[in-house]
Parts: sequence; structure tokens; C-alpha cells
Amino acid sequence: MSDKAQMISELKEIVKPYIQDEEAFENLHEDTNFITDLKINSANLIDVILDVEDKYDIELDNDSMDKMLSVKAALEVIKTKISEK
Amino acid sequence: MDKRVVITGLGVVSPNGVGLDNFTEALKNGTSGIEHHEALKELSFSCCIGGIPKVSEGLKRDYFTELQLKNFNSSGILYGCMAGMDAWKDAGLTVTENTDFDSGTIFGTGTSGVEKFREAIYKLDDNKVRRLGSTVVSQTMASGVSAYLAGIIGLGNQVSTNSSACTTGTEAILMGYDRIKAGRAKRMIVGSTSDHGPYLWGGFDAMRVLTYKHNESPETGSRPMSASASGFVPGSGAGAMVIESLESALQRGAKIYAEILGGEVNSGGQRNEGSMTAPNSEAVQRCIKNAVVNSNIEAKDIDAINGHLTATSKDFTEIDNWSKALNLKGSDFPYINSLKSMVGHCLSASGAIESVASVLQIHHNFIFPNINCEDLNEQITALISEYKIPQSVIEQEVNIVAKASFGFGDVNGCIIFKKYKQK
Repeated sequence: MSDKAQMISELKEIVKPYIQDEEAFENLHEDTNFITDLKINSANLIDVILDVEDKYDIELDNDSMDKMLSVKAALEVIKTKISEK
Repeated sequence: MDKRVVITGLGVVSPNGVGLDNFTEALKNGTSGIEHHEALKELSFSCCIGGIPKVSEGLKRDYFTELQLKNFNSSGILYGCMAGMDAWKDAGLTVTENTDFDSGTIFGTGTSGVEKFREAIYKLDDNKVRRLGSTVVSQTMASGVSAYLAGIIGLGNQVSTNSSACTTGTEAILMGYDRIKAGRAKRMIVGSTSDHGPYLWGGFDAMRVLTYKHNESPETGSRPMSASASGFVPGSGAGAMVIESLESALQRGAKIYAEILGGEVNSGGQRNEGSMTAPNSEAVQRCIKNAVVNSNIEAKDIDAINGHLTATSKDFTEIDNWSKALNLKGSDFPYINSLKSMVGHCLSASGAIESVASVLQIHHNFIFPNINCEDLNEQITALISEYKIPQSVIEQEVNIVAKASFGFGDVNGCIIFKKYKQK
């Protein structure tokens, strides 16, 4: 599995408890939006971010948090933060 | 014209029984739900016993989704939603996709999510406010329980939480009753809940109002009306009722447990002998008298009283107040019992759990026994006949039960339940 595929699969595991659209979740891909596709409650996005921080041992600043609305954006933010470690 | 208000659903999460069937059986058998709790001992509590309902992780999942249970740590919201959902189901009602504007809830509590609040404070003081997560507010806001419950069921009428210490549950029922009576809601889930555990009970332990004499024999610890009563035992849980207008109940052919005839809430204003922690007897008597008057009954019609009776020296004062308010004594005094002998003092949940017990007595025609009062307080037996304080279950027709609760802040509530009859 490529690094990216690996990360998408990890991210899928992280968002799983919060999703409210099973079909969009099964078909999760890079362009999947957390709120409009997966129907994650916007308050729960905060919890997704905390779970991401725990998983990768990184800390996300407010700007990065605001950006993290899709799988693609999340992957970018995570990669950047990991490279800064 | 004022609507008649009836009870069509019940739900209960009590230290001595979770669910109506278990609770009814425990009531009849005089089963104690008080246990020793090691956590209290480890924290150097004087009183190491308490009442906590038995709710397994599996049972929680019959009521909540995995997502709702993620980072969930509010026992009061848990118990309240379980009791409220059970009452709704028991009333033959279902949960639909649409908002139900005819139904609301008044669901009271004293504190909300005290353990969740503790978690949050530790994180916050560790400079981790950003790590609190998304549910600290909903779990610790006072109205958390009514908000969760309303969301699960889709309630669209008034959704609120009341709080008046140990009168909370009784007051919640009367607030819902007033709203239905006035025609502003068809039905309301009314009730109250209480968190459990050291962070709630500690303040009472510090006041030395809890008994410390029964740590080795928890089931005998809660002793209302006993000569050896030495303070109350803390409890927790929730009670709930679906109450609705008689016409709505008849229209949908609902089972009717009982009718709410009326009631009263008031305060002693912390004047005369009343204080933050002690009742003004004049106000207590006035509350009971007004409840009887506005229910259009005579004191002698009352079959049984479900008292507040916490197992302190104030038990005699309470019975003296009942006796004066009703102008009844000796063998004319109604039967009287205290659920607290079995479950302890469930604090903000007490009025609701005890009201559910009161209504079950009417529905099933029995008067539940008091336990732990083999040595009745002689001041009490000088005022009312000993046999009026049953120590084993009495099976007989029960038509009218008066229930009262009294709380910190010198607040009182009294409610009159009656077997439903077409007039």
C-alpha cells in the first residue's frame, strides 16, 4: 500500500465513529468532504481533529484546523505537520 | 376549561431496580439498593455506602449510539434519558422523523456531568483547553438531560430543565402538569435525574449529614423513621413519566396509570426556623394544605403518603407537619412510607423516582414496606399509629397517594395522585 493509501485508510478509521452517511463512507476517497458527504456533525469535526492529533502525535494550529474539511485537505495538513516534527 | 391530566407512561432507573418490572418487584419485596463503594473509602469519606443503579455497558447501548457514548461521562444524563425513553415507550409512543410540536419535557437535575466537568477542569488547568472535545458543554450544562432526551425523541414543545434541589422531581411533574392543564402542550415527559459518585456526594459528607455508622452493613444504612436514624445515604438514578391531557390519552386509547389531581410548590423563604438547609414548618404545612385544597379532596381521602423522610432527626418534624396540615393523627393518619429506606436519598432524582413508586402503588394496588425501622422513633409513634408505618407490603386498593419533597433553599413540593376514574 502506498503511503497515501495507508493514510487514507487510517483516516477512514478515525472518522468512522462520527460519520452519518454509510454509503459515502464506504466510497471514501480523496475528494470526500467531511461535512457535506460524510454528514459529520460540525461540532464533531473538533473530535476528529483531536483524534488525528493523537494518532500522529502532532498538534494542529487553528488555521490548519479550519482547513481540514476534506480527506485531501486533511492529508496535506497531516503531512506538513509530520514533516515539521 | 382546564384539561384533566393523566399519567400514561413510566420509566425508572433506581439503585434497587432498573426498569419498571424490576423496580416494582423490589418495591414489594423491600429490596435495598445500597452498597459499599470502595471508591468512597479510598477518598476517605466518612460515609462509604450509596445507591447506584446497575447499568451495564450493554444496556447503555440499548439507549445510546456509539457516537453518543464516545467520551461520554455524565451519569445523570444517562439515567435521565433511559428513564425518559422508557416512559415514552411505555406510553405506547414512538419516535418519528418529524418534530413533535405537541410534546415537550421538563426534566430536572441538580448538577450535570459532574465527572465530565472534573475531567474538563483537569485538562483546562493543564493548559489543554483546546483538547476538551466537543461535548463538554452539552454534558455539563444544566439542561443537558432535557436536551439529549428531546433530541432522541424529537420533542418540539417546551424543552427545559428545572432545578430546586431535592424538590426537583416533584416540581418537574407539577410544571408539566400546569402546562398541559393550560392547554399549551398535549403531553410532556416529566421527571428528574441525579449524577452519582464522590464529586457530587462529597459536599454532603463534609456537612456530616450522611450516616457513617453503617459502612459494614450498607443495606441497613438508610433508616427513615427509625430511632437509630443517623443521617441519610446518598443515592442516584432517574424517574420519568409521560403525562398528557385526558382527551389525548383517551383519543389514542392509552393505558392510564393515574390522574394528577393537583399540587403545590412553595418556599419558606428561609425565615422563622427555615434556612438554606432546614424547612420552615409553616411553609411545609401550607404547601401540603394547598395541594389538598386545589386537588378538591379531603385529607381523609388520602390512602397513603409517600414522604420525603430522609433518615435524619427531621423525620419527626416532617410527620408532625403532615399531621398538622392534614389534621389527622393516630389511626386516622394515612399509611406512610419512604422509598429512601431502600434506595437512599437520590437527591435531585428523589422526587421523580419516588413519584413513580407512588403511582405504581395506585396502579398495582399495594403499599410498599419501609425497611430498617424495626426500632421506630418514639416521637413518631406517639403521633401516629405504628401500623400506619408498614414494614411489610400491604396489598389493598389504593386510590389516592400524596407525595411531597423538600429541598435545600427551603423549597417544598406536594403532589396528589389518584386512580383514574371517569367522572
